Amino acid sequence: MKRLRLPLSEEQKLALHAGDPVLLSGTIYTARDCAHKRIFALLDAGKTPPFPLENSFIYYAGPCPAPEGMASGSCGPTTSARMNSFAPRLLDLGLGGMIGKGEMSEEVALALRRDHGVYFAAIGGAGALYGNAVKKSTCIAFEDLLSEAVYRFEVEDFPLVVAIDAYGKSIYALN
Amino acid sequence: MRTVDVGSIEGLVYRLARRAGVTIAKDCLAALSLAAKCEEGAAQFALETVLGNAEIAKKMQMPVCQDTGMTAVFLEIGQDVFLTGGPLKAAVDAGVRRAYADGNFRKSICDPLTRVNTGDNTPAHLHVEIVEGDKVKIRLLPKGFGSENMSAVRMLTPAEGREGILRTIVETVQAAGSRPCPPVVVGVGIGGSFDGCTLLAKKALFRDLGSKNPREDVASIEEEALSRINALGIGAQGFGGKITALKVLCEVAPTHIAGLPVAVNIQCHCVRHEEAVL
Repeated sequence: MKRLRLPLSEEQKLALHAGDPVLLSGTIYTARDCAHKRIFALLDAGKTPPFPLENSFIYYAGPCPAPEGMASGSCGPTTSARMNSFAPRLLDLGLGGMIGKGEMSEEVALALRRDHGVYFAAIGGAGALYGNAVKKSTCIAFEDLLSEAVYRFEVEDFPLVVAIDAYGKSIYALN
Repeated sequence: MRTVDVGSIEGLVYRLARRAGVTIAKDCLAALSLAAKCEEGAAQFALETVLGNAEIAKKMQMPVCQDTGMTAVFLEIGQDVFLTGGPLKAAVDAGVRRAYADGNFRKSICDPLTRVNTGDNTPAHLHVEIVEGDKVKIRLLPKGFGSENMSAVRMLTPAEGREGILRTIVETVQAAGSRPCPPVVVGVGIGGSFDGCTLLAKKALFRDLGSKNPREDVASIEEEALSRINALGIGAQGFGGKITALKVLCEVAPTHIAGLPVAVNIQCHCVRHEEAVL
């Protein structure tokens, strides 16, 4: 299986194809519905988002609290389709891609193709496994949102499947 | 008359919630293992990851899924039971509150408009039924919303009948696609009223995946719906494959001569439920 470490180069992204399983390591940022709303409010006001968008990956996830001695609690992906309206603008601003679960819209696939981004599917319901793969977690914004806040994660060997590649091809459309 | 202190209900709700959050039901694990053997490629990779996750969750007593759900609690209270020690609802909520704090479970309940989190996963989604006897039965099901969001109710006409029911079930699962974390378990309520059928559908989710409805005509709907769903090709996580649903569970109740309510409550592959009698 392909092992990848973030940040991904343009060549690495273009070498990925819908359906490829990968193990991904590096820095990612969590954000769900509420955090996206706030990031958009910041962008609309001309302010900077809480993390650099350039070639970053957003993980659609809201972790459980971390048990003692662990960086994170259970932390699998949430349904990506709820973020359909947010993803294209962030990709156009340089976002490298997203990690979540389930299909995303045609607009998102077009943006991924336009911006050479990649959408990875994590395996829904595998929260304990992903939580264990988080080696470091820091809450960097919107702490009042609790599990919906933005966390910077250092992850090791996240098992993922390329769901929509940089050519806009989707594993869900292959069925 | 038997006296039961609500404190003991609080304690039992606590233990059931702690266990449910970290445990995939045995019958579901067996069905997932079987599905993993039937599939290949990305779908098999997904199912093997899910099975590996169940092991980790058990070993580390961590939530199997970070969506530790809205806590549905079904109480069957014998009519010869006299409850003491304070309000019942507060006791159930206290058990949930303590379990979600101690278990490092995610608190996922918020105001529908302000979206402000209640901070302790309460209130629980509580249903109380008065039954014969002097026992208290507690059934608990933490329900994630990836799958809950994909559920549906349709008020069919009597003329639509069996085929209408099948179409409702299959179309709901098809429209849900990859979003409810397939392979799903489908709870179906047939009959009753607008709200009654939804309650039947949720209650169906407690049934063993190896069971079938004792009514022959209802069991045949379960079977046919499952085979039509698995012909959709959605597969585990929507990656494509033969197993989109592990089981369809139907429950029926008498309805009005003018109607045929059907509710479809979708459950993700993380089937978590616990029960005990006090």
